[in-house]
Amino acid sequence: MRKTFLAAAATLLLAAGIGSGVSSGALAADKLKVGFIYLGPVGDLGWTYQHELARQALVKEFGDKIETTYLENVPEGPDAERAVEQLVRAGNKLIFTTSFGYMDPTLKVAKKYPNVHFEHCSGYKRDKNMSTYSARWYQGRYIQGQIAAKMSKAGTLGYIGSFPIPEVVSGINATMIGAQSVTPNIKVKIIWVNTWFDPGKEADAAKALLDQGADIIMQHTDSPAAMQIANERGKLAFGQDSEMIKFGPKAQLTSILDTWAPYYIARVKAEMDGTWKQEDTWGGLDSKMFEMAPYTNMPDEVKKMAEDTQAAITAGKLLPFKCPVMGQDGKEVECKAGDHLDDGQILGMNFYVKGIDDKMPGK
Amino acid sequence: MELVEAIILSVLAASTPLLIAATGELVTERSGVLNLGVEGMMIVGAACGFGGAWLTGSITLGALCGMAAGTLLSLIFAMMTLGLAVNQVATGLALTILGIGLSGLIGAGFVGERITTAPHLYIPGLTDIPLAGRILFGEDAFVYLSLALIVGVWWFLYQTRAGLILRACGDNHVSAHALGYPVLRIRMLAVMFGGACAGLAGAYLPLAYTPFFIPGMTAGRGWIALALVVFASWKPARLVVGAYLFGAVTILQLHAQGAGIGIPSQFMSALPYLATVIVLVLLSRARTGGSTAPAALGTVFVPDR
Repeated sequence: MRKTFLAAAATLLLAAGIGSGVSSGALAADKLKVGFIYLGPVGDLGWTYQHELARQALVKEFGDKIETTYLENVPEGPDAERAVEQLVRAGNKLIFTTSFGYMDPTLKVAKKYPNVHFEHCSGYKRDKNMSTYSARWYQGRYIQGQIAAKMSKAGTLGYIGSFPIPEVVSGINATMIGAQSVTPNIKVKIIWVNTWFDPGKEADAAKALLDQGADIIMQHTDSPAAMQIANERGKLAFGQDSEMIKFGPKAQLTSILDTWAPYYIARVKAEMDGTWKQEDTWGGLDSKMFEMAPYTNMPDEVKKMAEDTQAAITAGKLLPFKCPVMGQDGKEVECKAGDHLDDGQILGMNFYVKGIDDKMPGK
Repeated sequence: MELVEAIILSVLAASTPLLIAATGELVTERSGVLNLGVEGMMIVGAACGFGGAWLTGSITLGALCGMAAGTLLSLIFAMMTLGLAVNQVATGLALTILGIGLSGLIGAGFVGERITTAPHLYIPGLTDIPLAGRILFGEDAFVYLSLALIVGVWWFLYQTRAGLILRACGDNHVSAHALGYPVLRIRMLAVMFGGACAGLAGAYLPLAYTPFFIPGMTAGRGWIALALVVFASWKPARLVVGAYLFGAVTILQLHAQGAGIGIPSQFMSALPYLATVIVLVLLSRARTGGSTAPAALGTVFVPDR
């Protein structure tokens, strides 16, 4: 009895402890093996889910010419290094590491295995066999800012921030610049929740913003909780990372959708043709690194404005960070790329633009 | 005034899962067992609670599913620590890891599905009273249930003979055993009660708080519940204070940020934890001699045959 129980308990622990999934079956030597490291569970409906959709698109595109493996719930840090190395040892020739915190672990493993190619998402360190890729989400935020300003009756937007890092800050600034182009004196309330993912806390933040008079919720956190609160209260909101209309059928205006599939397909194709090269890709709407979800819950004229703006950004005619960009202190920010801020300034953005009546944490 | 009411309502909702989970753990620890698996039992409760409600369309059945799941998981813990006398700390931690994995597996089928949240009470006349009405008579049933639960636990622990015996097991299991009380059976029941509460607390999240299931949605609330039990120095009344204090600081810091009060948000996010530490220090200074922890807490008991 005691033995069977122990065995049962051990099996249970094993079954639950290993959060890895291996897709596709038969092993063949000529197949290209592609590996993925995910930060969250594939069912997070946000960041990791979008990467998983792109992996599925790869499988659909290349069928049995490739074999894909993913490891989910891999914490950022030393554990990640082991996970990446595990994928290398399993024979993967192209490995996507899909979170900022995997940057150093990926680099370490890349140096150790020069014949394997690595693709790191949203980082800035590269090597001859390690590329980076990310998306210009701030372009989408600019469109959202315009829509928000049109749709807000209160003239106050509510913004849920995760961490005050440049990516999030540039998103807030792009939103405000977009909103100001419609309503110059628009206000924004910002709440930092200091987490990427805590549905309860995100919902609490959304409630607090609405209770304080904001009527449009924007978020840079991963769960659909805030969307749901907006929907419940008859207010409007923007989704994040993925399609959230299901959680806010009457609330979602649009959502920034991470669409990694075209990039993943291009890179796998290059790997197969032997043309893979180290690259630094920071794609925007023009290269379809992300898309906007359908514009919903808004009048036709607002929709038209959003579509026009999207077309202008895609065509490169409209730059969200076009000079002059005024800082919070009222001084003009140095214009390093002639008529707009250069990529370095956007990637390292650590100031609020004029019109944000708040202090950035830690400044 | 409306803002005050809104804040209080948010605090009630934020505190309720903490209070329910901590109530269960308080009873478990009072019997002398330290179960660190609250987070794991909560997340499995969330997955099963959501699944139950989604399949049956009933919030009540969902809550029962969550409780049943939490209880089942706690039985694994009971068998390991009470039956096989395995180390409680290690088993509890393993239970959390097990629960997180298991919940992902259970929940995989209904990630992205939606349910309608638990209805809020509405008593004509009473709920319409300004300010107090919505707070006292207008929240979902879980909020009031959690308060009834802690009052019930207080009454059980201090007003009944069974409660006295349970506390005796937690303070000195050898004596309780010598007096002829079935220490292990009592502890098993206490562990199961803790599991049911953790399961219910977990189920509260998808059933009433954010009506969807996502792996990892408890986001550390189980650990906070564990800390609250220590914070409350194993006393039910203090537990209520602790849970609402924690909820209040959490919500108020969000509001302070929204209002543009210029305090760094990182500091604000740490406030609930800081408040906990400060109160703990004050309590331990005010204490008159000795620890208030159950004396046999976390120690293994193997009855001589």
